[in-house]
Amino acid sequence: MRYVDEYRGGEDAGRLLGAIRRTVTKPWVIMEICGGQTHTLIKAGIDRMLPEEITLVHGPGCPVCVTPMRLIDQAIAIARRPEVIFTSFGDMLRVPGSNADLLKVKSEGGDVRIVYSPLDAVKIAHANPGRQVVFFAVGFETTAPANAMAVWRAERAGVENFSVLCSHVLVPPAMEAILGSPDHRVQGFLAAGHVCTVMGYWQYEPIADRHRIPVIVTGFEPLDLIQGTYMAIAALEEGRHGVENQYSRSVTREGNTAAQQLMTEVFETADREWRGIGVIPGSGYRLRESFTAFDASLRFDVADIEATESEECIAGLIMQGIERPSACPAFGTRCTPEKPLGAPMVSSEGACAAYYQYGRS
Amino acid sequence: MRGLLPIRAQLMANDTDPDLSGGMACPIPISDYPTVQLAHGGGGRLSQMLIEEMFVAAFDNPVLAQLHDGAILDIGANRLALSTDSYVVHPLFFPGGDIGSLAVHGTVNDVAMCGARPIALSAGFIIEEGLPMEDLWRIVRSMSDAAHGAGVAVVTGDTKVVDRGKGDGIYINTTGIGVIGDDVEISPHRARPGDVVLLSGAIAVHGITIMSVREGLEFETRLETDSAALHTLTAALLERRGRDVHVLRDPTRGGVASTLNEIAAQAGVGIRLDEEPIPIDEEVRGACEILGFDPLYVANEGKCIAIVAREAADELLQTMRGHPLGARAAIVGEVVEEHPGKVFLRSRIGGLRVVDMLSGEQLPRIC
Repeated sequence: MRYVDEYRGGEDAGRLLGAIRRTVTKPWVIMEICGGQTHTLIKAGIDRMLPEEITLVHGPGCPVCVTPMRLIDQAIAIARRPEVIFTSFGDMLRVPGSNADLLKVKSEGGDVRIVYSPLDAVKIAHANPGRQVVFFAVGFETTAPANAMAVWRAERAGVENFSVLCSHVLVPPAMEAILGSPDHRVQGFLAAGHVCTVMGYWQYEPIADRHRIPVIVTGFEPLDLIQGTYMAIAALEEGRHGVENQYSRSVTREGNTAAQQLMTEVFETADREWRGIGVIPGSGYRLRESFTAFDASLRFDVADIEATESEECIAGLIMQGIERPSACPAFGTRCTPEKPLGAPMVSSEGACAAYYQYGRS
Repeated sequence: MRGLLPIRAQLMANDTDPDLSGGMACPIPISDYPTVQLAHGGGGRLSQMLIEEMFVAAFDNPVLAQLHDGAILDIGANRLALSTDSYVVHPLFFPGGDIGSLAVHGTVNDVAMCGARPIALSAGFIIEEGLPMEDLWRIVRSMSDAAHGAGVAVVTGDTKVVDRGKGDGIYINTTGIGVIGDDVEISPHRARPGDVVLLSGAIAVHGITIMSVREGLEFETRLETDSAALHTLTAALLERRGRDVHVLRDPTRGGVASTLNEIAAQAGVGIRLDEEPIPIDEEVRGACEILGFDPLYVANEGKCIAIVAREAADELLQTMRGHPLGARAAIVGEVVEEHPGKVFLRSRIGGLRVVDMLSGEQLPRIC
């Protein structure tokens, strides 16, 4: 398949891995930001093919994982209302709230539907004027443009029975938070290629300069990740810092300016709570005042719901690269995909799910 | 009457009593699952738990304990295969097929995977009040065509109509029986280290076809279901080297990955797959990439996995390829002594990973 097979070839992988082995002389810790990258690394077995000097730690870039449990509980409360059609991306449905998940709400008779695009949720709202249609707008900068577009279109078309439960998060403040933590051990980043496709990479330049680390904008295919790792190792070994773009087939320095414009029109930056990590200043989006009529948390009066997190789940430490999933005493025993303590065990981008599914212990 | 006696003996001669301790205590942890979830029917780990811990425990007998696609019964000098399946597919009509043809092919295949020649089917219809008569007629004609094409007769049936809103248009149950030849000994327990895994063609076609027409997720493809009766393909394998065919399975719900996990667990062996030779169509791969699905877990309705003795593998591969439904057959892996109960896959770039049983169905991801 074009644009896929070229990035999964065994021969090229062997050449790049050889180059990494020849370049590395001492131990380095690199964090891949995005959970999609974590899954590729583990699924393709790259983590086991790299020289032992290189430690990959897994970053916070799993939107499902970092959505605070309070939001999940709010979603569940809204989805249980009889007048509501609750729409969501598929992998939010298994994420545990305090007492239930959205799949459970569905099995109890709640009208919970999987959509692939938020615009489909607007269509459902248009087709069901007697019902309230809510979309669970989570994600990083990658999904923000489509979610902004859904709100923007609903506003233009006067689809008043549509609203979003919004929990958008942003990568650069999270990187700053990780680098600001006294326990962090990250020496280089593989930045998330799809976030950068939307936002460009200029935002990472001051971070790379301030902390004197290499940030490699990296794609999601096995060869992308091996090449991104090579670029990071080469920079570290040569003592270089700064932003480099491995994913140039998709990413420019400026990014998708039309998408950015739409996001700015609909969203504004706000402090955001990250599940397991805490509040990071300026790390998320909320709806601008002109769009608050579409804010489901206000429409359904769920803002006061409080949640209780599992005390045993160390997801926050895992998503900051401080611990690995396999270091969690509950991993694979008291926490499994059937009975998760935290979201990383059930999200398709969760580090714990990758370790569990592909057999890392 | 004489013929029936051995069956009674087979079914009742279980040495150990079923463990229903505490009277009728439910074996599924109720604190975790007070109600049945969709994933209990998804073909993954939760399905397996429900089947093994509730159904097999309650109906405990040595034939059921084989956990094959169907039961193999000794009746006098004959061996019969008996299998049943219920079809609840939505939408009822999809590119390349419908619930009727699927209900025939699926059960014919389950019988064929026991190494049997299917001879007859029963058909049970649970119809929702309000189903257009024209739709019912289309489905019944399609069943009739499929049965005729597969050379089996629908010899008995049942009809129930339920209130509007209490069914999804129509559900169909079919049960099939078939006769097993003398030299044939097919069982998941026969997979042994050194055996080779053959796959009859491109994977994940049916699941992605259904997904492409499912409400809310429609996307354009030219895909059609691979639903087909596989009994002539399995018959060709058995005719060529019957003794060397150890396991036959059609990887339906849960896909190739779940089926191989079941075999590995039942036989107490490991299975090593190679990603490279696994046949898959471009369109299916594209859809899986977009949805975030692993095609190894997506349903097939016209594909067969055969685990065969190594010395017979090339010959049986050629036999598969000589059949119209096996033209793209490939050797995709082997049975190994290491990691019993687990399936590993060597990726295209040479890395090794576990192919685990999924918890439930795959869900489309965020980005």
